[in-house]
Amino acid sequence: MSIVVRSRREMPIETEDDVLVVRRAVRDLAVERGFDAFASAALTTAASELTRNVWVHARRGTAVLEDIADGDRVGVRIAFRDQGPGIPDLDRALAGGFSTARSMGLGLSGSRRLVDQFQIETVVGEGTKVEILKWKGL
Amino acid sequence: MTGVIPILRMGDVLLTTVHVELRDAVAEAFQSDVLLALEKRRARGLIIDISGLDMVDTYVARILAETGRMAMLMGTKTVLVGMRPEIAATLVRMGYEMRGVHTALDLDEGLELLQKLPAG
Repeated sequence: MSIVVRSRREMPIETEDDVLVVRRAVRDLAVERGFDAFASAALTTAASELTRNVWVHARRGTAVLEDIADGDRVGVRIAFRDQGPGIPDLDRALAGGFSTARSMGLGLSGSRRLVDQFQIETVVGEGTKVEILKWKGL
Repeated sequence: MTGVIPILRMGDVLLTTVHVELRDAVAEAFQSDVLLALEKRRARGLIIDISGLDMVDTYVARILAETGRMAMLMGTKTVLVGMRPEIAATLVRMGYEMRGVHTALDLDEGLELLQKLPAG
């Protein structure tokens, strides 16, 4: 896979408004790239979950939106980074189990099911990075 | 009414349309407005029109389901109408199950459903 990044946009996640701003930017990018309603809803919802996670648990972070291509395929890749508390029981969170922070469990595992690629790195006490990728589809 | 989401009365049914993004303050005001209206109007049913929402994540879904369960405690059945196909697909794919609300395709079917549901 040789991914070409056609455009890149870094957005802050520092207020509740930013959650909506990031979500709209993701939707606009998906629509612009020709994602159909289902793919666009899936990507936007995953992005909304992950942005909200940063806002709720870390209070501060960034979302980096990339418009990407790999040969004929076009897609969107988004990386969410924060220096928040990290996720203590990642396996359980990814399995959709409710952790102490109820909102995180299903949002994380649910998001994974909506995208084509999902990678997460987290260190308790240091922060979390989640990267998702969704191709436009046929 | 304190929030921005209007609540209308149609006989013994309350109808509300969620036309804005549900964020913490808006969601809270919406829920308390609904409950106060249910108390005042003694409505048998509540219809929440979400045809204007182009995205429902677990936060929004939780608010809607919670509202339904709150209404249930006040003796009112809730029907969600106007869910867009891509939202239904997304919620199921995520594995989210909305409990506390019934669903119907549109307002007509929502009213029909309320007629059919057992009282109380």
